[in-house]
Amino acid sequence: MLTLEGLSKTYKTGDTALSDVSLVVPKGQILGLIGPSGAGKSTLIRCINRLVEPTKGKVVLGDVNLVGLGKRELRRQRRRIGMIFQEYALVERLTVMENVLSGRLGYVPFWRSYLRKFPKSDIQRAYQLLDRVGLLEHASKRADALSGGQRQRVGIARALAQNPELLLVDEPTASLDPKTSRQIMRLLTEICQETNLPAIVNIHDVPLAQQFMQRIVGLRAGRVVFEGTPDELTQNALTTIYGEEDWNAMRQGDQEQAEAEADAKARMAVLSL
Amino acid sequence: MNLSDYPTTWKRPPQLIKDRRWRIGIQILIVVYLILAIDTVEVNWTRVYEGLERGQRFILGFLQPDFASRWRDISQGLIESLTMSLTSTVIGVAISIPIGIGAARNLAPRWIYYICRSIIAVSRALQEVIIAIFFVAMFGFGPFAGFLTLTFATIGFIAKLLADDIEEIDEGQAEAIRATGASWWQVVTYAVQPQVSPRLIGLSLYRLDINFRESAVIGIVGAGGIGATLNTAIDRYEYDSAGAILLIIIGIVFVAEYSSGYLRKFLQ
Repeated sequence: MLTLEGLSKTYKTGDTALSDVSLVVPKGQILGLIGPSGAGKSTLIRCINRLVEPTKGKVVLGDVNLVGLGKRELRRQRRRIGMIFQEYALVERLTVMENVLSGRLGYVPFWRSYLRKFPKSDIQRAYQLLDRVGLLEHASKRADALSGGQRQRVGIARALAQNPELLLVDEPTASLDPKTSRQIMRLLTEICQETNLPAIVNIHDVPLAQQFMQRIVGLRAGRVVFEGTPDELTQNALTTIYGEEDWNAMRQGDQEQAEAEADAKARMAVLSL
Repeated sequence: MNLSDYPTTWKRPPQLIKDRRWRIGIQILIVVYLILAIDTVEVNWTRVYEGLERGQRFILGFLQPDFASRWRDISQGLIESLTMSLTSTVIGVAISIPIGIGAARNLAPRWIYYICRSIIAVSRALQEVIIAIFFVAMFGFGPFAGFLTLTFATIGFIAKLLADDIEEIDEGQAEAIRATGASWWQVVTYAVQPQVSPRLIGLSLYRLDINFRESAVIGIVGAGGIGATLNTAIDRYEYDSAGAILLIIIGIVFVAEYSSGYLRKFLQ
């Protein structure tokens, strides 16, 4: 279980990215974080594993408060939190296998990782994860030889290699086409349900969030302005989150997304015949 | 508005100096200064004439190179130069890597950053010939002084370019590795090294090439190698031997240029 208490972040420039955010994510819940650009979604998830240092507040994972930990202890705690990125953030010149094994870096001493002498159990687990995301035969390819959707699946396998207790997912589908986006979201939610893994997913795409998330939190200018189930995310709620003018554009995008989704569904139906 | 109502001409606004009078004034000043400066260069035409004659002898020697009569000196100088450039490149690059990492703003703490940048600045500020004179005075004539000189110069060159390269890596990859709980060393070997190593290998090959050429120059001030042999040949007015040495240097630089170019293309 993850608990955020009064989390705030003010950057050196004086911009307040987060003010007084409190949230509870119970075990097994997939929480979607929506909001306009600059609302602080990225900052929020980076404050959780302290890639961004929060100014105030508590981040409690299980029974450990991550804020204020020393470097060494922070590294140990980061192993419990898997992260998936918008532009995949794979190390392009390393192989797929090395990228997945890099999820074990926090568990092995430096010399083992440098000589690529990972424990047998780690390698076995890496193969299992690659099989789970459907990339078993690509293990020895370089990461930059893969397509966008395949890269994101390597990103998922890397995060899972950590044996995390929480997943942080930053715009997982922003660089993908509608069909691949849905495949990736489906894979993510399936994996989370299989292992009862809680996840926080930053997501730009409202229909996608409504389709796959169990609970949705709306962020605006660093504050939580909406919290509820996907069904409760009405037009009024969206106006609160995105503002009046943006909402018109959103509805247009919404329609486009719905069309794309229908299109993708039709094509997938053809494929599965 | 009709199409015909829009203007048909457009002029690029002046980018640097807005005022037309200032622009013309500065241009006139530059031309006047250039004329005055050329006027102060004194040319001794009789000396130039004599020099031409000597140059002619030199070119004649160059056209009839004599590889044989001084071959022992030449081959010894060549071996010295090649050894000097290879060892100084290997050692120089090995020392450059930690300094380059320390001089990268995104990896090193502030105080280490300043120390490493200062080392680089000192190494780059001093020209090879000046360092060679210094090391020859310290350790005597011969290739050891040359080796030290080239190592020192290599550090400034490789460490600076490596540090700049590290500062321009894709931070996203480093962030992802950091997020797994990796230590600083693991971030360096997993996220930074794969991004910078192809260029580092290319730069090292390029530096090997430069070091060989420099070894011919610093030999003239006593730091051994083919440069020392060349200097002796010119001092003895043996322009045919000197021509042979120059041809060998040109040949080796050609070979080095093409093979390193080929290798670098292969590495990308």
